[in-house]
Amino acid sequence: MPDANTSRTEILHAVRNRQVVHAELPSLDGGWITYPDSVRHFAETLQGVGGKCCEVRDESQLREELSRLPPMATAKKICSLVPEACQPTFDLEQVRDPHELEDVDVAIACGQFAVAENGAVWVTDAGIKHRAVLFITQHLVLVVPRGQVVDNMHQAYERLKFTGPGFGAFISGPSKTADIEQSLVIGAHGPRSHTVFLVGS
Amino acid sequence: MPTDHALRAAEFVADSERAHWHDQALWFVRVKRDRMAQSLPEWETLRDTAGAIKAHTMSRLGDYLEEFEQQATALGAKIHWARDAAEHNAIVLSILQSHSVKKVVKSKSMLTEECHLNPFLERHGIEVVDTDLGEWIVQLAGEPPSHIVLPAIHKKKEDVGEIFHRFLGTDKGASDPIYLTEAARHHLRQKFMQGDAGITGVNFAIAETGGFVVCTNEGNADLGVSLPKLHIACMGIEKLIPRARDLGVFLRLLARSATGQPITTYSSHFHGPVAGGELHIVLVDNGRSEILKSDEFRRSLNCIRCGACMNTCPVYRRSGGHSYGTTVPGPIGSILAPARDAKLFAGLPHACSLCGSCTDVCPVKIDLHHQLLTWRGEIGRRGLLPLSKTLPMKLMAFVFRRPWLYSFAGRVGRRIMSLTPKWLLYNRFNSWGRQRELPPVPPQSFRELYARRQHQQN
Repeated sequence: MPDANTSRTEILHAVRNRQVVHAELPSLDGGWITYPDSVRHFAETLQGVGGKCCEVRDESQLREELSRLPPMATAKKICSLVPEACQPTFDLEQVRDPHELEDVDVAIACGQFAVAENGAVWVTDAGIKHRAVLFITQHLVLVVPRGQVVDNMHQAYERLKFTGPGFGAFISGPSKTADIEQSLVIGAHGPRSHTVFLVGS
Repeated sequence: MPTDHALRAAEFVADSERAHWHDQALWFVRVKRDRMAQSLPEWETLRDTAGAIKAHTMSRLGDYLEEFEQQATALGAKIHWARDAAEHNAIVLSILQSHSVKKVVKSKSMLTEECHLNPFLERHGIEVVDTDLGEWIVQLAGEPPSHIVLPAIHKKKEDVGEIFHRFLGTDKGASDPIYLTEAARHHLRQKFMQGDAGITGVNFAIAETGGFVVCTNEGNADLGVSLPKLHIACMGIEKLIPRARDLGVFLRLLARSATGQPITTYSSHFHGPVAGGELHIVLVDNGRSEILKSDEFRRSLNCIRCGACMNTCPVYRRSGGHSYGTTVPGPIGSILAPARDAKLFAGLPHACSLCGSCTDVCPVKIDLHHQLLTWRGEIGRRGLLPLSKTLPMKLMAFVFRRPWLYSFAGRVGRRIMSLTPKWLLYNRFNSWGRQRELPPVPPQSFRELYARRQHQQN
């Protein structure tokens, strides 16, 4: 085992060894793209990456539309973190080991906001005991308030404050791969389908 | 040449149908990238900004490394420093051994490829599974990746079918990508369930917050580190960026440049370990601080490993990633490799037509083809060129310095060339002529034409 401190000192010394001409940190106030109808652009982009966007007026329509999703028809194990949308079949809080989530059919979680330019939704593990459920589930459903669609990633990061431990991800569409001859296949290891509900008017 | 890029490329192009297919497959990705770049009016501003952020970071790398260490530690992560590949591997092994880990699931990390971590861990009795589908395919085939983003781009679906038939028991002759991916899904999900620890690479590490970002399309990094309690993230020291909001710039560029997607499916931000678990971050130098010292090649550290320079490179597309003999192939690899070992990789900067296409597509504006040209000069100065290159160049220089000799040699040459039989002209020393026809010999040189014209006018 190398002496940890020596390596640290040597690397820091090496990168400071030569005075590199100082370069200013650029401003990020560019004229970044905005869309006349960001909700529509989000929906189209999400469709382009293999996901699906459903706009619903309120919770009752959310419940109705959600229950009509094809995976819901056969789902046995549902992890719903949005009880107003759907009742879970088990309590995630009671699950001790995330490996027990292997057979989850549908997971329903809240997304904080959506990004029009790339169809992504920002999801965190706040209030989710095992974040593995977002990735191990066969089908993922995200619920986002309709008013929370930003145009671009710069606006997205203006909203994000990383002040403590935690996990967050931009998720854009279902798990996919094109590693076999560049043929796009949906459902690599994670969710086979990805649906985003935008709730509100 | 010590590196036999040309020799290996010759093997690759011997199967001309496959070489053509490879060329087209990569060009397809390049076209998708163009479509994405053109969909954003601010594309060039983004590239400029990304290059400037990286240039700034490199000018203060020591400070940002310390800031990152401090912030990450505060979040509960453990930071390790490795000067070279051997130290990196030893650190990873000792963490795994202290947790009695037997099985590791790994998501794509070019750094661990560079350090040859897999064979090292396997020698110590630890099973490593590469969970990126492309990486898993080449791992099963016993090959290194041939591309940094598309590791199995050189494999046809029939090849993958054959590999899966052998290792996973899929139907013989089956080559449907959907069927094969489903089989891989089934097997790899079992591997995820069995993994005692997850290893990931790092796309970007944020000095300001002590967090880092990993980008995948399959979700394999997230699955790999959210089931076990132990997460080891391995990163080169050049992966730092100052602020979280800088990610806005880089995440907009990365996937668009790499595969023509608006963003990768998963862009995961890790700040501290999973509840009740451990997070170790290994910061690796392995030659990077040497490159940082060089005014000529420093900008090569800006690379965000999108692979766009490979997809566009006419040499890479027609010679395949394995012909480079390096972890990172293509234009950027041909700059990084000689920085590590100029003698061994002296041939790579010559595997380039200097067309400049790589420089045009690079999302962080690395002056790739200029650096390749600079390397050629450097390799010449260090006396690492073979006689087959230095001798003709010396001869040419001798002739060019003497106009009378040049003119005389031209006259003689034109006469001889038109009289020499073809079989003698295209001899085994004329490697240039192997796949090329010499242009027809003009009856007169420009000088003669000019002289006659002046004479006529007077």
